[in-house]
Amino acid sequence: MNQYTERIYNGVVRENPTLVLMLGMCPTLAVSTSATNGIGMGLSTLAVLTASNLIISLLRHVIPDEVRLPAYIVIVASLVTTVELLIEAYLPALYDALGIYIPLIVVNCIILGRAEAYANKHRPLPAVFDGIGMGLGFTIALTILGLIRELVGAGTAFNVQVLPKSYNPIGIFVKAPGAFLVIAFMIMIMNACGKKTRQRELVTSGCDGNCACCAVRGLENGQTQHGLSGKGDKS
Amino acid sequence: MTTYIMIIVTCALINNVVLIQFLGICSFLGVSQQMKASVSLGIAVTLVTTVSSAVAWVLYTLILAPLGLEYMKTIVFILVIAALVQCVEMFLKKTSPAIYKALGIYLPLITTNCAVLGVALTNVQDEYNLLQSVLAGLGTGLGYTLAIVLLAGIRSRIDESDLPKPLRGAPVVLLSAALMSIAFMGFSGLGR
Repeated sequence: MNQYTERIYNGVVRENPTLVLMLGMCPTLAVSTSATNGIGMGLSTLAVLTASNLIISLLRHVIPDEVRLPAYIVIVASLVTTVELLIEAYLPALYDALGIYIPLIVVNCIILGRAEAYANKHRPLPAVFDGIGMGLGFTIALTILGLIRELVGAGTAFNVQVLPKSYNPIGIFVKAPGAFLVIAFMIMIMNACGKKTRQRELVTSGCDGNCACCAVRGLENGQTQHGLSGKGDKS
Repeated sequence: MTTYIMIIVTCALINNVVLIQFLGICSFLGVSQQMKASVSLGIAVTLVTTVSSAVAWVLYTLILAPLGLEYMKTIVFILVIAALVQCVEMFLKKTSPAIYKALGIYLPLITTNCAVLGVALTNVQDEYNLLQSVLAGLGTGLGYTLAIVLLAGIRSRIDESDLPKPLRGAPVVLLSAALMSIAFMGFSGLGR
């Protein structure tokens, strides 16, 4: 396996941003009401992530270390605005379905996380493939989640009726609680299959501690990586 | 008057930022381990959402809209929020070191909390005026505080119980959040 396919394998399987690293949970839970929305959100994020990895990798010797986070945020925000305008122009249905979650790609910690963890240390081409791999991993996880929710909650898959008409859809699965339920069961099944130890090793890479999502890792480790837990009560 | 109260109720309960809109999930799951930290984070978020709603409204209505630069809102808002969090941090450091110390690391983390950017963008979408924006920001912050404090309380109970192994860690917290979310869906009847 060469370096590039390794990057893609890493993003999709070994360090899957959603299922293994648990990054970017907000869009994951919010837009996975149907498989189509999941793919739309996943591909938008993939586009932004690939482009931001490329630009940040190209500028990695130019951006001073002290102001790198604001610089990254500006780069990502510009890319997100571009993607938003493109979706609004060419895919108005998707634009309506995703709504506010398109501009919120800016604060998706997968993107800043990859910039910090990979793009600012590597050459442009591997960084691009890292972006594609991570984006694909995110897209696949979102699509699976969306598919399950759509199937149980509406009896359809990609807006096509699959389950027999006699099936009475469990509406709550396409509403807010369903998202929490399905992702809880997905992680539970992965834990039961023995993925958990692996998860612990891998959570050390991702982002740099400037991102609230890193706190999520505390769920697995019993304490957070960046000393968050030390600040509160030490019970 | 009723519309203003309605905005707070809607943002805090009916459209709860965390449990119904899924904004700020990361910190909601990550920080709710400790009650003290949850309360601190809740207060900090409320402060920042309220102030940033006001500033975002002023910038959008007085600068972006007249110049026809509405599409720049995402970039402008995220920079404003980042700058604002810094200002709030410096202000608190000077004026009330006790609160500053209590909030600790959570204050800078708010920049990447999507609830803050989310409420600024929603205000623009709903075409709120200045007062309505501020109230929406306040309501969102209160809703966030309520959700995270409730979850922290539930988690302190969960920690003491004996769970099946695969459920430990993230899954049981997500399941609790699911049940809370179902409970909050009940508030949708308040809208009439």
